[in-house]
Amino acid sequence: MTSVTHDESAYVPPAEVEEPELYHPKTFVGRYIWSQDAKVIAVQYAITAIGIGLVALVLSGIMRLQLGFPHTFSFITPSNYLQFVTMHGMIMVIYLLTALFLGGFGNYLIPLMVGARDMVFPYVNMVSYWVYLFAVLLLVASFFVPGGPTGAGWTLYPPQAILDGTPGHNWGIILMCVSLAFFIIGFTMGGLNYVVTVLQARTRGMTMMRLPLTVWGIFMATVLALLAFPALFVSAIMMTLDQALGTSFFMPALVSKGQHLAYNGGSPVLFQHLFWFFGHPEVYIVALPAFGMVSDLIATHARKNIFGYRMMVWAILAIGGLSFIVWAHHMYVSGMNPYFGFFFATTTLIIAIPTALKVYNWVLTLWRGNIHLTVPMLFAIGFVFTFINGGLTGLFLGNVPVDLPLSDTMFVVAHFHMVMAVSPILVVFGAIYHWYPKVTGRMLNDTLGKFHFWFTFLGTYAIYYPMHYLGILGVPRRYYAVTGTDFIPDSAHSLNEGITIAALIVGAVQVVFLYNLIWSYFKGKPAGGNPWRATTLEWQTPHTPPKHGNFGAELPMVYRWAYDFSVPGAAEDFIPQNQPPSKKARGLEKALDAGEVGPHTAGALGIQKPLGGKP
Amino acid sequence: MTYALLVLVGIMAIVVWWLVRQTVNVKPWMEQRPIEIVDGDGALSLPPVKVGLGVFLAVATSLFALLISAYHMRMLGEDWTRLAVPRVLWLNTGLLFLSSVAMQWTQAAARRGQIDGVKSGLIAAGALTFSFLAGQLWAWQQMDAAGYFLTANPAYSFFYLLTALHGLHLLGGLWVWGKTTAKVLRGVEVGKVRLSVELCTVYWHYLLLVWLVLFAVLLHAHT
Repeated sequence: MTSVTHDESAYVPPAEVEEPELYHPKTFVGRYIWSQDAKVIAVQYAITAIGIGLVALVLSGIMRLQLGFPHTFSFITPSNYLQFVTMHGMIMVIYLLTALFLGGFGNYLIPLMVGARDMVFPYVNMVSYWVYLFAVLLLVASFFVPGGPTGAGWTLYPPQAILDGTPGHNWGIILMCVSLAFFIIGFTMGGLNYVVTVLQARTRGMTMMRLPLTVWGIFMATVLALLAFPALFVSAIMMTLDQALGTSFFMPALVSKGQHLAYNGGSPVLFQHLFWFFGHPEVYIVALPAFGMVSDLIATHARKNIFGYRMMVWAILAIGGLSFIVWAHHMYVSGMNPYFGFFFATTTLIIAIPTALKVYNWVLTLWRGNIHLTVPMLFAIGFVFTFINGGLTGLFLGNVPVDLPLSDTMFVVAHFHMVMAVSPILVVFGAIYHWYPKVTGRMLNDTLGKFHFWFTFLGTYAIYYPMHYLGILGVPRRYYAVTGTDFIPDSAHSLNEGITIAALIVGAVQVVFLYNLIWSYFKGKPAGGNPWRATTLEWQTPHTPPKHGNFGAELPMVYRWAYDFSVPGAAEDFIPQNQPPSKKARGLEKALDAGEVGPHTAGALGIQKPLGGKP
Repeated sequence: MTYALLVLVGIMAIVVWWLVRQTVNVKPWMEQRPIEIVDGDGALSLPPVKVGLGVFLAVATSLFALLISAYHMRMLGEDWTRLAVPRVLWLNTGLLFLSSVAMQWTQAAARRGQIDGVKSGLIAAGALTFSFLAGQLWAWQQMDAAGYFLTANPAYSFFYLLTALHGLHLLGGLWVWGKTTAKVLRGVEVGKVRLSVELCTVYWHYLLLVWLVLFAVLLHAHT
């Protein structure tokens, strides 16, 4: 492990580091294990998140086997089923998506995209990963403790989470809560880095409004996470105390098996408020990085500047702010005051406005663009479709009278999987296909990529479209088996079989993706420095993959925004952010100032002059 | 959740205000940047670690605001009883206040370049803080002896939880204090610890403020 000498009296520009020679790691362990390089930490995060995500994927396959073919598999007991549901949900939302978007993509892309050598606190960044890994190991350990992992559902609602009848009510729930607490501690360490690096370590010329939208999305998601995760932290600690020490924060007076339990007066609804105060922003903690990345993917692969950049930034900020005042739409069935329901339904519908604005801007960016149907672009377009579909059913569920009958049905499962699982995962895949060449120096195989896309995209629709119909029929969620229920027709069972087959195919196709990742690392076509001919700084590094310190001897200087694609008259259809105006263009600056030439002429030569705006 | 929401509104307002003051209202596709551009485009003129501390304090504020919100929601339960606040908490409050004063004095000495003042100030602040933590443990012991441990009533459960989390934050501060004090005792120049002292001072003032709010909340429940 290396350490940077720190003379607090010395001034170092924020994007630079002190004494670069000391900064570079000297040993294999320092370079790849106890690494303080954000890029290595990003890969560590990504491998761990994908690894635990595969566990959750297998769990979902087992759940689908049970739902499609009930009473067929003896190893799936009712308790196991609930445990698999719980662990699948929690792993996917927290340990995969949050960790991958922020810890994985955030670590890799923020320093490179803002033109910094690294995160501002590399040591803390390193500790962040190891705490995350510890949290994951604690979670995995719960599979092996007496009683197994908790089966309380991913929302962990008390009182059932710690009552006798629920699987994993002893060790399982405690390990889950402690693991969550460590995850949050680790994330806070990383999150401080992401925010402060964006604020303080941007290179010269990289103003906030020149940041790629990927950075904006990750930045705002991190702000949300830093402010919202404390609610989950508080819930986890109080739940642990209720379970382990017998406090009554959440546990009401109860009679269980004829015995009065020691609990008294606790409020399960208090837990729900705390949980969803975290839980709803969590949707956007996952969605905002996806929004940002998909914006960059669409602009790059449509060779067109992003439509409405400023509106995209403000929409990210508006979504972030509004996401804190919609949490109780997850609690319409908890018996809340109808006026509260009205308030939260209204805010829920309002948040659709900035979200829809982003969708329009993606579509308008594609409009008349030079669309290259590369694999990243396919996933990006797939995301836009899926997000619209998932978002529209959100409008249904945001209304109290519609939500009440649908709340405990498969309709909700279909909705949130479309909007919060499939949509961001499509962006994850698109982003991996897009940035893999920078990370490894090799391209992923295109044919395998297209195969992966089409099976995943169509497969997920085969899973979740019919699931909406099941929900409208009244098929309940969370149930181990619903056979023999009069109001559910036989056709629903046939549909469930079909969904299960589709799910298993989609799950199996991910093996092709993993194979592609590994095969291409060794045998993939060399990528070169900028295979997509992109404008942002990560593609302008002197080495691919970038070496420690990212930019060689000198940090880049930024002259323009991130979306100079297809500028009329320019030599190529993209102008990198660090490309200075040509001499000719510079000579035209004075002429432009004097009004002797028009701004379009200057723009064609790569010079960015205001059309009368702020210099 | 009103308290938590108010705090978050405040934090988000600061974020938006800062962004508006930044360049969020410019047109980047038309923006001019001269070649001789200067360092730090829109970055705050503060060391990153100070900005980092500011962000961390926002996170901690969110945590304590949520705890206070939960406290008030739980107070509505019929089983809630009055909290017998131990008198030693008044003494502890005084100790924490004095430690904060000592830290402020240390910061002034560091800015004047007086290493001896820094040394004595740090030692005094640390001693007072350890005394505060010992006093908190004493308060716990008093409550336990009076038959009010964690499970006696939710009011006491919250008391232990709030004081424990506040104490853990102080212990985190004491870790940085310990590193800084060790450097000073090793005889480093004052310039090399000035920033750490400033960070500790901000953190101590913040934790004093948090404690005063928590204490007021506990007293409010008491009455």
